[in-house]
Parts: sequence; structure tokens; C-alpha cells
Amino acid sequence: MEAVAHQFQDFRQQHEASRLGMWTFLVTEVMFFGGLIAGYTVYRIAYPAAFAQASNRLDVALGAVNTVLLLASSFTMALAVRSARRGGRWALAGALGSTLLLGAAFLAIKGFEYAHKAHEQLVPGPNFRFEGPEAKPAELFFSFYFLMTGMHAVHMVVGIGVLAVLAALAARGAFTPDRHAPVELAGLYWHFVDVVWIFLLPILYLVGRHAP
Amino acid sequence: MKLLAVVFAALLLLTGLTVGASTLNLGPLNVGVALAIAGAKALLVALYFMELRHGPRLLWLFAAGGLFWLGILVTLTLSDTLARGWRP
Repeated sequence: MEAVAHQFQDFRQQHEASRLGMWTFLVTEVMFFGGLIAGYTVYRIAYPAAFAQASNRLDVALGAVNTVLLLASSFTMALAVRSARRGGRWALAGALGSTLLLGAAFLAIKGFEYAHKAHEQLVPGPNFRFEGPEAKPAELFFSFYFLMTGMHAVHMVVGIGVLAVLAALAARGAFTPDRHAPVELAGLYWHFVDVVWIFLLPILYLVGRHAP
Repeated sequence: MKLLAVVFAALLLLTGLTVGASTLNLGPLNVGVALAIAGAKALLVALYFMELRHGPRLLWLFAAGGLFWLGILVTLTLSDTLARGWRP
């Protein structure tokens, strides 16, 4: 077991400090995605009809399936933290592995969606094609779509990398009920990425569905 | 385990609810309903999966501080957009 770093009184204080540090980082991430969402909101208020039309070109079923996958991965991540506390070595490695696989499935579907959007010429740029007078603001919607989901996907890739390392360490028995802070901190990060998607689903996929 | 499973089930239920509600024409309420459901889901994740519920009060302060600054970011950004049509 690792010793308590000299600036801390005891293990508990060290543990709380590491959690607080992770939350502080996540707050900066809230600001990062918050800026994107604020920008999106400004243009959605400016071009409500175009954003609704453009949003309807997205596949709601795939968006919903991806939401379920990500929520399930958060559930298995929560189970991983629980296993870490109880000291179940293979239960922990299994839960981390499941989380990783669910996250990878999410990215695979996202990749399929991107390829489909490229095929439909909905990627902003010289090849963008959108029928009707709302083409320009619709292009703006897709800029936000790719930027927001893309930044979210980058966070997923980082999370999957972290999970792979943790799963390997867990299988080697590196975590004990006393020492598993990395699992808990990775869990906080993973749940945060889930929360970002919880907001991206309605603002990107669902905004235009009630419009005729 | 049981609590986590219940929270997961609630999250799935809310996802179905938001997808279903988006097909109804509620006028300006559509956005409100969608954001309220997303907020409820985020709260469930933060309280139970991220264990904010049993976290020290200092953690609550940090989380609330994040939301507060997000509120400033969004409100001040939108102040121009929303106030454009107003007459002095």
C-alpha cells in the first residue's frame, strides 16, 4: 500500500483532497462545454426553424441507443467503484472492462453516424448540401453538432484509455479496499462525460421533432 | 447494488420520457420539459453515481460553485440576444 503523502495528516484527508481535485477539474470542464452550449443557444434563438429542420436530419433512434449505452456504462462504472471497496479483484476488472466495452460501442455507433452524415453531405464545408432557404443556418447547426459531439467523443476516448489501464491494473490485483482512489476518480470523470451527453441528446437530437 | 440498479432504471425511464415528450407539440414548453428531464437525469447521476449525496459539504460547495458560474456564463452571453427587441 502506498504511504500517505507528507502534506496530508492521514489517508482519509488525502482521499478527500484527491476527490476535491477531480471535482475542481470537472467544474472547469463544465465551463468548457458550457461555452459551447451557450454559443449553441444564441444561434438556436436566432434561427429556431433552421435548427429544428437540421436537427430532424439526425437519427433519433441512434441517439437514444447511444444514451442507453452510456447510461449502462455509468451503471457498470458505479459497480466498479463498489467492487473496489469490497476488494473483489475480478468483479472490479470485469466491471471496468464492461464499462470500456459499452463506451467503445457508443463510439462505434457515433462513427457510423458521422460516416452517414458525410454520405448525406451534412458535414459543414464546401460539400455541405441542404435543401431550402435555411441552408446557411442549418450548416451552423451541424458545425455545433460535430464540435459538441466531437469534443464529447474525445473525452470518451481519453476515458476508455484510462479504463484500459485501470482494468489491467485491477486484474493484476493493484487495488485494495483501502487503496483504489484511481478507480473512484476515473469514475467521477466517466460519469461527468455521461452527464454531458445527457444534455447533448435533447439539444441536438430532439429540438425539432415536434415541428411538422 | 439495489440502489444503483434503481437509479439506472430511473435514468432509462427518463430517457424514454424525454424521447417521447419530444414528439408532442407543447409549444415553447418543449424546451423546458427536455431541459427539466435532462437536469433530473444529471442530478441522479451526480447524487448517486458520483456519490455527491454522501460527499462532504465542501464537495457540494464546489459543485454548486460550478453551476453558479455556468449560470453567469449562459445568462450574460444571452443578455444581448434576449434584450435585443426591448425598447428603453
